[in-house]
Amino acid sequence: MKISKRTFDAVIVGAGGAGLRAALQLSEAGLKTAVLTKVFPTRSHTVAAQGGVAASLGNSEEDHWHWHMYDTVKGSDWLGDQDAIEFMCRKANEVVIELEHYGMPFDRTDAGKIYQRPFGGHMSNFGEKPVRRSCAAADRTGHAMLHALYQRNVRANTQFFVEWLALDLIRDAEGDVLGVTALEMETGEIVAFQSKATIFATGGAGRIYHSSTNAFINTGDGLGMAARAGIPLEDMEFWQFHPTGVAGAGVLITEGVRGEGGILRNSSGERFMERYAPNAKDLASRDVVSRAMVTEINEGRGCGPNKDFVLLDITHLDPKVIMQRLPGIREISIQFAGTDPIKEPIPVVPTCHYQMGGIPTNYSGQVVAPRGASMSVAVPGFYAAGECACASVHGANRLGTNSLLDLLVFGKSAGETAVEDVRKSTKAHKELPQEAIDRTLARLARLDTQKEGADAHESRLAMQRTMQNHCGVFRFADKLKEGVSKILEVQQDVQRVAIKDKSKVFNTARIEALELDNLIEVAVATMISAEARKESRGAHVRDDAQDTPEHPNGRDDTNWLKHSLWFKEGNRLDYKSVKLTPLTVDTIELKKRAY
Amino acid sequence: MDEERGARLRRLRWHCRRALLELDLMFQRFWDRVGDGVDAADEAALERLVGMEDHDLWDLVSGRQETDDRQLKDMLERLRQA
Repeated sequence: MKISKRTFDAVIVGAGGAGLRAALQLSEAGLKTAVLTKVFPTRSHTVAAQGGVAASLGNSEEDHWHWHMYDTVKGSDWLGDQDAIEFMCRKANEVVIELEHYGMPFDRTDAGKIYQRPFGGHMSNFGEKPVRRSCAAADRTGHAMLHALYQRNVRANTQFFVEWLALDLIRDAEGDVLGVTALEMETGEIVAFQSKATIFATGGAGRIYHSSTNAFINTGDGLGMAARAGIPLEDMEFWQFHPTGVAGAGVLITEGVRGEGGILRNSSGERFMERYAPNAKDLASRDVVSRAMVTEINEGRGCGPNKDFVLLDITHLDPKVIMQRLPGIREISIQFAGTDPIKEPIPVVPTCHYQMGGIPTNYSGQVVAPRGASMSVAVPGFYAAGECACASVHGANRLGTNSLLDLLVFGKSAGETAVEDVRKSTKAHKELPQEAIDRTLARLARLDTQKEGADAHESRLAMQRTMQNHCGVFRFADKLKEGVSKILEVQQDVQRVAIKDKSKVFNTARIEALELDNLIEVAVATMISAEARKESRGAHVRDDAQDTPEHPNGRDDTNWLKHSLWFKEGNRLDYKSVKLTPLTVDTIELKKRAY
Repeated sequence: MDEERGARLRRLRWHCRRALLELDLMFQRFWDRVGDGVDAADEAALERLVGMEDHDLWDLVSGRQETDDRQLKDMLERLRQA
């Protein structure tokens, strides 16, 4: 069947920070640029980012990109590629100042410069002491950033396709990416977007977990599309968790609650952190607290009918302190936990927050995949940036404020590379292969015709529970092994999901079923990659890879200093080496990650 | 329900997909509770709320900001109760 076609120089999927930054580069270069987005651009999940964006501007005290680079490599537990990390840290000042010129309302010093505050893990002089490196716009940094970038894009004539769901990558027999198929929600029409450059900036897939801080739109659409088109997904076992999300909801309870004296308790009311961290207790690092919580739950000391959460207790604090110093926490607890924290403790669980892995790219934003003897050959016409991509700058764990920096630097860099590539190409657009379009149509036809089958909501829940229970913040060999079989069973169900509503206009049941197709790819990639990696590193912490003198923190550099690559076809894993050589400076040598 | 209204409500539901998880959860609970049982006045109030910026909307829902607008006040209360 023929479908209508629209032709552009560049098509960008996703209108969060990375997508808008990339689009701006292309539109300002005069290229005909389309941005496809499921929701209005300023409702992208970038809005939720509060912390700030890291840049060694040195406005408050001495700072240097090389120190920032050191912190990022260390934070990544040496799994980050040092060429990409140097590139990002060197570019940070430039992209932040550009953003300032676009009208971003950064907080200011008395002298009128961008005000900078300290943030966990950011240090001066190669890990010596904390440094003020985060640039913020009150607690609405992500929101302000999106608005500045969106307005600039409107000025540059970027063409927005709002409420369009991209469905599949169009790739020809030679492996070139020629655009995407997409669904217009308003009409149900399927259109082929033909382009010389296709940039994915679709964000993370945190909704694969039952407890997640991610908004509902974070369904890993770009990762699903890439995987179905034969592109591997890199380092998918690495997910950052936050220790205290409201159980059953995922909404974050800030670390400030423990800072103000909040205590974690198990089912018998015991302050269990005293056993795990006798000195720091409830103020131990995120990893330590999360692991202790999971151990309590796994050993049967969790709370509630299913014994699947612990309690965060602030009932001993003066209500005035709660109201004054922890604004919003009471409302969140009442709304999402159904408890008033002045009277009762808040049920909490470690909660998925950020995806470190993704579509493999180099620091120019080109998607790279194995070809012939090389593990990283650029896929012609395909680029990715932001949380959906893996450059890899976050490696095994991300530093706070580096996510907004990532999307600015690599959004711009992917845009710049795409501009160069489009300008170099003298040929007309290649013809779109009908087989690629037919694959999308077959997926939709199955949904339209299938009468009996699995329920999308139940399958999604089964996926989320499997991921949470078998591949959470603290991992166990037997649970991971069992998790692989279970998630593959869920995948079978997803392939036979049926929807009752067959209407065309704004059929949200169809949209959610299509999103589930993407989520399940990410879930399978995560479980299989995590089961295979037999060490602890960064956010991937296994019970059977503990801290020993030979393997500090359970990290095994001899066998596992390498990136995982998961391929959808046959659920195959392969590995590629970490780039330990930076662009201009010396390698930051391996050592134990300790703070 | 006629197809036109059905499509309008489905569109409104999609506009309840937000940037912030707090709002997603709030709207999800609301729709689970009311189903398609919203009248034209509810629809109008919801349309106004979903047109707002996420942080501003959350400030209203969580009570950090207040409004004197009767139509919005009633709907905000129902969202909180859901």
